[in-house]
Amino acid sequence: MDLNLTESELQFRGELRAWLKESLPKEPIVSMGRSDADYWNKLRDWQNSLYEGGWAGITWPKEFGGRGTTPIEAAIFIEEMAAFDAPERVGVIGEGLVGPTIMAEGNDEQKEYFLPKILDGSHIWCQGFSEPNSGSDVASLATKAVREGDDFVVNGQKIWTSFAAVSDWCLLLVRTDKDAPKHKGISALLVDMKSEGVSVRPLKQMSGDSAFNEMFFTNVKVPAKNLIGALNDGWRITITMLMNERTNLGPATYIQFKKALAELIETMKHKSSGGKRLIDDPINRQKIAQIQMELEIFKLTSNRALSKITNNAVPGPEGSILKIFWSELNQRLVQAAMEILGDEAQLQEFENGAWAYRYLRSRGNTVEAGTSEIQRNIVAMRVLGLPRSY
Amino acid sequence: MNFDLNKTQQLLQESAQTFFTRECPITKVREIMESENGHDSALWNGIAEQGWTGLTLPEEFDGLGLSYVDLAAVSEEMGRACAPSAFLATSWASALIAASGNADLKSKLLPDLALGESIATVALQEDGSNWDSFSIQMKAESADSGVTLTGTKRLVMDAAVANAILVVARKGDDLIVAVVDPSAEGLEITPTEGMDLTRRFYQLVFSNVAGEILASGEAAENALKQSIQTGIIIACADLLGGMDWVLKTTVEYAQSRQQFGKPIGSYQAVQHQCADMLLLSESSRSAAYYAAWALNEGDDEANQAINIAKAYCSEAARVIGNCGIQIHGGIGFTWEHDLHIYYKRAKSNELIFGDPTHHREKLAQLMVAE
Repeated sequence: MDLNLTESELQFRGELRAWLKESLPKEPIVSMGRSDADYWNKLRDWQNSLYEGGWAGITWPKEFGGRGTTPIEAAIFIEEMAAFDAPERVGVIGEGLVGPTIMAEGNDEQKEYFLPKILDGSHIWCQGFSEPNSGSDVASLATKAVREGDDFVVNGQKIWTSFAAVSDWCLLLVRTDKDAPKHKGISALLVDMKSEGVSVRPLKQMSGDSAFNEMFFTNVKVPAKNLIGALNDGWRITITMLMNERTNLGPATYIQFKKALAELIETMKHKSSGGKRLIDDPINRQKIAQIQMELEIFKLTSNRALSKITNNAVPGPEGSILKIFWSELNQRLVQAAMEILGDEAQLQEFENGAWAYRYLRSRGNTVEAGTSEIQRNIVAMRVLGLPRSY
Repeated sequence: MNFDLNKTQQLLQESAQTFFTRECPITKVREIMESENGHDSALWNGIAEQGWTGLTLPEEFDGLGLSYVDLAAVSEEMGRACAPSAFLATSWASALIAASGNADLKSKLLPDLALGESIATVALQEDGSNWDSFSIQMKAESADSGVTLTGTKRLVMDAAVANAILVVARKGDDLIVAVVDPSAEGLEITPTEGMDLTRRFYQLVFSNVAGEILASGEAAENALKQSIQTGIIIACADLLGGMDWVLKTTVEYAQSRQQFGKPIGSYQAVQHQCADMLLLSESSRSAAYYAAWALNEGDDEANQAINIAKAYCSEAARVIGNCGIQIHGGIGFTWEHDLHIYYKRAKSNELIFGDPTHHREKLAQLMVAE
């Protein structure tokens, strides 16, 4: 057991820090709303400069234009990006989910065409999985694709799709055999979002912003060559992608939560209640210490999971609890902050509405990317070996 | 970065697991629980023969000179077996002597302790003290060859079988640690039974008892702090082993116990409790082993890591115990089932060396100082 970074990990971090100091956009890229074209163009430029610098798709093998980094280096990358307040990466779904799927399942033509465009920012991707009636039970999806000549004709609706409004391409799950058992009639298509019959409607969330969308497909023609993997083998591909989704959401959150907690502590040092600084109240101190504890443990368990994957090439039990851990931790963090900060924290004018936003946004954490209930089912069945409940 | 135990650490842990499975099955644990002093010489000698009593002590004093991670690996197995022994008391005392800077007493006392030929304990807690050295009030007066001690100490582990007692007291404004012979005149040792029968506590009443000074002033403060940190590593690892046992036992029960025609483990209300138990035990594992590693490295974050590990593991073990009993239902509430042995041990581990509230406040102090 040695938790120090190795020579090569330190060197990796050093190179990255040096590059970030040089190459970060001089001014922060600020969104004027999700439909702000200038914002998205700047983010594409940022993706492109990551690519130029050799920092796009770093986990990808070198033959596909990546860096072939270890899982630990990949986590260092995500952490440093967050620590430097680097702009959002629009390529994140392409790099983290779609790219690896194309590498594993795609044919040579697909690899050659799509992979470089993911890296350089020319293709933003989204994933069309959930539907209004298929949430946790994704395999019950109803969007159908029927083969007609050289095309699949797609009809149906998807929902909760991140980036859909600005995406160029979508990895879409469709039902291609309605008579087969639900897991055996699903296929995965690569769909050009500019195709006729695709429409996107942003969903306004309870937090006021719109990170998710609805997508409607009406007689959309998808060339048959854009089928990825074998026909009706889409469920297996989906499982792999969902696992990647859950692990990918983790590392940056540590830095985000840590910054939020640091802001809270700063405020507690200056703000008083009943003639006493918030930081001097023993109950408040218990609350922030509890959050700090859980935050550090989240980071440690993430590192353990990375270490396990690096050593054994397979994830250990610790990886399966991370999604539950960070999503619920964030909810406890914002709850503690609201309790400590008092009635002002609900106001938009208080710290630019940051706490009100975080408080509301956190409710989505235990729902998105697999609800806490689904995560617990998975832990019970796959890790602990308890019998299936459904 | 590598979070896994290395090969030799894995071997050490495997050998500890084999040892306790063989030498200290739960029938043996129950036998020792019912004995007068909660001590079994054969088991103690076995532990000593393995070298574990001197695991982290320097080789010059017949110790093995291993790391706190190794100590955690062995302690986890003691926790898994719920092995009753004076290991925690003696390790705490040995660490206190080793950190004292008193060369004479180190060479006089440590080799016997390292080899397990001697048992020692620390008398710290008093009525009104809170694991912080400033709260220690017991009086020490200067005497010819050291000090005389007067006052009452509580919750002293394994005093009835100890060959040496390290008493923390105050001489003027200075904190001191004095070595006392348990058979010294004026010392009265009375058992005070706790919940956990695998770990025995005693009340010690001192009336002008002679002691030899081990450390005083800042040296005593530092040595006490360091030794408590060693104790916390052991307690946290002990909790880890116990948590693992409770989780494993509960999952097995949920797989086999049938109600309404199905294993209760097929119901999500039960499954989700089991999933939470895993979340808590794995999170505890991260915290406990990191604390051991950081303490060994002399890492800047060691103090914080120790506070986090102690607060988190303590609460996690309690919740895991609660779930274990709940999922077992009626049988989990009986004396016959072994769950209560682990449950009570977890409680005593939770309370010793500062409870979660204590460690959260310590952590808050570090956070605010940053």
